[in-house]
Amino acid sequence: MLTFENVTLTQGDFALTADIAIDEGVTAVIGPSGGGKSTLLSAVAGFLEPQSGRVLCNDQDLTGLAPGKRPVSMLFQDNNLFPHLTVLQNVGMGMRPDLRLKTGDEQTILHALTQVGLAGYADRKPAALSGGQQSRVALARVLVADRPLVLLDEPFAALGPALKDEMLTLVRDVLVKAGKTVVMVTHDPQDARAVADRVVLVADGDASAPVATQAIFDDPPAALRAYLG
Amino acid sequence: MINRVPAYLAGALVAVLTLGTLIVVALRAEAGSGLSGADWAAVRFTVMQAFVSAFLSIVLAIPVARALARRRFWGRRVLITLLGAPFILPVIVAVLGLLAVFGRNGIMNDLLGALGLPEMSIYGFHGVVLAHVFFNLPLAARFLLQGWLAIPAERFRMAASLNAPVGRLLERPMLRTVVPGAFLVIFLICLTSFAVALTLGGGPRATTVELAIYQAVRFDFDLGRAALLACVQFGICAAAALIAWQVTAVDGFGAGLDRVVQRWDGSRVFDGLWIAFAAVFLLIPLGMVVVKGAPGLLTLPDSIWAAAGRSVMIAVISAALTVTMALALALHGGRLVAVISVLPLAASGLVVGTGLFLIVFPFVRPADLALPVTIVVNATLALPFAVRSISPAVQTVRSDYGRLMDHLGIVGWARLRFVVLPRLRQPLGFAMGLAAALSMGDLGVIALFADEQNATLPLAMYRLMGSYQMEAAAGAGLLLVALSLLLFWLCDRGGRAGADL
Repeated sequence: MLTFENVTLTQGDFALTADIAIDEGVTAVIGPSGGGKSTLLSAVAGFLEPQSGRVLCNDQDLTGLAPGKRPVSMLFQDNNLFPHLTVLQNVGMGMRPDLRLKTGDEQTILHALTQVGLAGYADRKPAALSGGQQSRVALARVLVADRPLVLLDEPFAALGPALKDEMLTLVRDVLVKAGKTVVMVTHDPQDARAVADRVVLVADGDASAPVATQAIFDDPPAALRAYLG
Repeated sequence: MINRVPAYLAGALVAVLTLGTLIVVALRAEAGSGLSGADWAAVRFTVMQAFVSAFLSIVLAIPVARALARRRFWGRRVLITLLGAPFILPVIVAVLGLLAVFGRNGIMNDLLGALGLPEMSIYGFHGVVLAHVFFNLPLAARFLLQGWLAIPAERFRMAASLNAPVGRLLERPMLRTVVPGAFLVIFLICLTSFAVALTLGGGPRATTVELAIYQAVRFDFDLGRAALLACVQFGICAAAALIAWQVTAVDGFGAGLDRVVQRWDGSRVFDGLWIAFAAVFLLIPLGMVVVKGAPGLLTLPDSIWAAAGRSVMIAVISAALTVTMALALALHGGRLVAVISVLPLAASGLVVGTGLFLIVFPFVRPADLALPVTIVVNATLALPFAVRSISPAVQTVRSDYGRLMDHLGIVGWARLRFVVLPRLRQPLGFAMGLAAALSMGDLGVIALFADEQNATLPLAMYRLMGSYQMEAAAGAGLLLVALSLLLFWLCDRGGRAGADL
């Protein structure tokens, strides 16, 4: 459970308020661009401290925690892998940031790679992989990181529609099955329909409480209707 | 996220060497008698030759750069790469090449003699200016070429279709922004090029302030006067550097000079002549270094090989020190670092050397410290170039992977080892090569400190020239330039090979 308790986020002139709770499963964050979707995620990942209020993850207060110490895994829009490290090392960074892999760690990494369909790719470097395969490596890193909350800041936006669907299905099948809470930003309502249990609408400086996906698209509120057109 | 102590240490070292030595020099300066007539002559000569050298370099570079910008020809890439070579070419070797062309027994005087014309001499004012133009015309041409290539191709197409004068419409405004910066950078370089003044200057009418410092320390052992002159030299450099700092943001190492913009103006013949002039002016002295040096290479005395060994050791250690300091400073970033990393540009090796000489002289024999002092001073003087090549790459790593590293908790040593160093391989290799080559060819502070036993290769070569052993000197020169280029190539290559970008 991810909780925003009377949170106010400010970045220059821009301000966003959030007072919501997000349950397990997949939650999509949608809304117009520039509306603050990524800002909301930044506050959870620790790149932006709230002006007021606090963010909690399973009742643990995240205030003041360094990004690396938070129970959060995140995938960014780009640069999710280090091009000079092998697939094994890139995934290993999720477990041991100093890459001092202990006995058994390698086994865990190889298992995660198998789960995302990349068995046998451990020694390659990212340049030798396709865009979809690179995304799978990043997902494998999330798997081994053993952090309960996963934030996706449109990491698959550069992929074609078919590949993106494949990745979202993989997120559903692998991450959710592993018991993680997934919060994904998207500007494409189709993504939300495909995998999200709930939708949080971020518009007009406010993050509204999650609503079941089916319900929100059947009867969209005014702000969502304006966005969907 | 990364330990800041190394940056503080590097900053402190630079501050001590540049500002600290200045304080020592200022305290020791005997201002009582003031500057003598000869000292004023040195000041005038220093400023005058730097001004004329910078002026001629720019004026000659303008048509060369314009020709390179608008003509496509076989060997263009090689020629442009070659324009970067004088920067890492040991000054003393270039002087030897110029002597082979313009010296008493050089090609030029052979030609003049055959035509029954009087002999020309390369020593004195015009010799110093000639050497400076040789070094800085290529640099100026690269600065200006960048300016030309920064003009969008569409503008030239537009001007051509309007039949508008390209020169007045596009080129003159560009030159107005680029020329002042380039001029000042070259002016500054010419103010502090001790080796040229040492080899081609001298005498009451062609002595620079730096040369006067050297003579006061080595021959007269008048440390008070040396200190006073060092203050004067610092004042001149600081004034020039301050003006340059205000005016410039140009960078002669930029990539992407390979492009040719399609043009419809200008004369092929004139452009061809200018390109040929630049190529001949550069290539013949360099060629003479090889031609004259090859025979002497096999008969080099053992002392030269020993000096070569010392030089390589100094170059490698000081380059490693430069790159370490530059990396620490670049990772720290910020305004103070920006100041620290340009301070050495205003410092003259001779001023720093005089200060260090005054500090160590009461306690030890300066010659005993010649090598360590040379290592540290060379490392510091190369620092601005190293920081300039590393800093942008550090910024890129930060903007591309900063969040990812924070997020995954990659901190401290792991951050340096697994991300920063691998991502910076190319600029680190380039900076290391540059620093090594600069140190290899340096003939500055070592001349103040060294005795017969611990000369570096450039100093040993200078001594051979001084005793008219020209064949051995030419051999040593070829060895020196070969080692400099080899060190640069090895480091630069090491940074590129197998880099995953």
